[in-house]
Amino acid sequence: MASTGLRTTESTALAPSGDQPTIEPWGRIGGRGVERFGEDLERLSAEPTLCRGLGRSYGDSSLPAGPIAINTTLANRILAWDPQTGVLRAEAGLSLYTMNRMLLPHGWFSPVSPGTQFVTLGGMVASDVHGKNHHVAGCFGHHVRALRMRVADGRLLEVTQTQHADLFWATVGGMGWTGAILEVEVQMTPVPSPWIEQHTEQVGDLESLVARLKEVSRTWPMTMSWIDCLKRGKHMGRGIVYYGRWAQPDLAPKTFPKWNAEVAVPIDAPSWALNPLTMGLFNFGVYRSHIPRHKHGIVTPETFYYPLDRVLDWNRAYGKSGFTQYQCVIPDAAGMGAVVRFMEALTQTGAASFLCVMKDCGPEGQGLLSFPTKGTSIAVDIPVKSGTAEVVATLNKLVIGVGGRVYLTKDRFTTADDFAAMEPRLDAFREARAKWDPQLRFASAQSVRLLGDSPSGAA
Amino acid sequence: MNTIIVGATRGIGRAIARELAARGDRLFVLGRNADQLEKTAADLVARGHKEQVGTALCDLTDASTFAPALAAAKAALGKVDCLVITAGMFGTQDQLEADLSFTESLLQANFTGTILLCEHARPLLLADGGGTLCVLSSVAGDRGRKPVALYGASKAGLSYYLEAMDHKYRAEGMTTVCIKPGFVRTGMTAGLKPPPFAGDPEPVAKRVVRAIDRGEPLVYTPMMWRWVMLVIRSLPRFAMRKIGF
Repeated sequence: MASTGLRTTESTALAPSGDQPTIEPWGRIGGRGVERFGEDLERLSAEPTLCRGLGRSYGDSSLPAGPIAINTTLANRILAWDPQTGVLRAEAGLSLYTMNRMLLPHGWFSPVSPGTQFVTLGGMVASDVHGKNHHVAGCFGHHVRALRMRVADGRLLEVTQTQHADLFWATVGGMGWTGAILEVEVQMTPVPSPWIEQHTEQVGDLESLVARLKEVSRTWPMTMSWIDCLKRGKHMGRGIVYYGRWAQPDLAPKTFPKWNAEVAVPIDAPSWALNPLTMGLFNFGVYRSHIPRHKHGIVTPETFYYPLDRVLDWNRAYGKSGFTQYQCVIPDAAGMGAVVRFMEALTQTGAASFLCVMKDCGPEGQGLLSFPTKGTSIAVDIPVKSGTAEVVATLNKLVIGVGGRVYLTKDRFTTADDFAAMEPRLDAFREARAKWDPQLRFASAQSVRLLGDSPSGAA
Repeated sequence: MNTIIVGATRGIGRAIARELAARGDRLFVLGRNADQLEKTAADLVARGHKEQVGTALCDLTDASTFAPALAAAKAALGKVDCLVITAGMFGTQDQLEADLSFTESLLQANFTGTILLCEHARPLLLADGGGTLCVLSSVAGDRGRKPVALYGASKAGLSYYLEAMDHKYRAEGMTTVCIKPGFVRTGMTAGLKPPPFAGDPEPVAKRVVRAIDRGEPLVYTPMMWRWVMLVIRSLPRFAMRKIGF
């Protein structure tokens, strides 16, 4: 495989060189490593090593610290499914894409879904993914009944919220640093129909948008917003608020929704393709397309949950230099002013692109490193250029100052010092990890960067 | 269609079993590991198999397991319409040359064991009207090649046997389908560098099921391998000695 062709000095130092095999995450900044595939995770995990699934984490969380990562995607069997209770147990490599296609026709859906269905069950646990319903349903880990894990001393354990509970909550959102997840048992959610009742509202400025987002969250189970983060002045933060719920049978069409036919991006876009002009035009188009100001209708779950999944490999639009996503949560306690200051800083850096999403989060979960907490989550894609690390450092300073934190699944540039400053639960996590993996065998490039693990990896 | 599948616990066999289960076929799966068989059976039920999937132990390196396994399948399914054999072993040429006991096991599983299992199943299929015998061979058996001398030899012999079965028994109602997959990304090929035209199990499985339905005697999949191997078969020996393929 080729090297990643980064242009910045700092990033080049982080990237592999020459003809070394590389693993590429979604943000395209690859790292050294080889994936070990196999259908039998029990056998594969006999030598404790970091696991990765479909590689949709943006940064370096799925890149191994050592030479090998176990790829779980061939271990994708459903081990038990009870259509009466909705309890699903499956191997860690089962994708949400497959779950949706198998279970939605029978009236069941994942209790929590991220913004892509190209993720595995194991990855959903390790990231403790959240979704549009976080304010009412919490994170995915909250709905997990049991995990089967390979821990560092070689034992295979059944881990639940009451059995090895410390390991369970360190693993939920623990980025794969506590052990290999082999199987996941989760309580699915019944849905009244396979369709979504969706509303969208155009909102002209940031404060109104945040206020409207919080208002609709009081009565609607699924909410989020898209922001035109290139707009400055009095219209800074203008955007569109989306909210919805599973459609009741009397509102839903009688037919089952058609699944998307995905299209692929065949080539890498040139580095100049995403520039202020093209991104500004895109944002203008999205914002203006929402006329009248309030629209509603019945849409498919894929339209509502996974609009970007229609284009496979959309990350190629950022070219070979890749991109990062900065996602942070600003606690409600910091007040509206903190959100405004963050958006001002974001627009001033000029780093933002067309994808900027805001979501109101519910209370913090029990996962020791789970991302969400009561507040406003802001996620923005940033094309990697020289100075991207400085932009992230600037944003991190603001976030730390208001008691917020970043989402590790998206992160690529946060420093160990910044991470420690934003994560008061870190000592508790380190304690659990020291108990279950004292030799730090389940290390990733991200744990090397953020926790100071050995860069050679233990495997 | 009532189908017995050998090797459904992983790889292409797993994908074929899922394809057949999803369209409503009745399945019985054979394999070496009871725990893996049980998990695969549960997976097939979740993916659409209408009833409990029967399982029995069957090891291609142990011919004594064949008759009891097929008898159990026959008892569970009643009529047997199809036997699919995807199980087999793989090793690189270096691994096989370095370990002759591994070579012996591979030749036993891929050639002797597979053919003996077919011979055990043939009367069973013919007694139920003929049905289909579908076996996964490999493009590796199409030409003597340096990187797959031993593995390829096992598959070459198997391919010739399957062709002869088709010639001999099609008139009596038994269709023989020989599948020659190229490189497919499964656990068996993990660690090998995928060549151009590498395939994934799911599209290969769809093609296999179509071949069974149509009674096609020989199928290369992914299809590009048909043309690749046509070229390879046409190369003179001096060229084969020079190339690494």
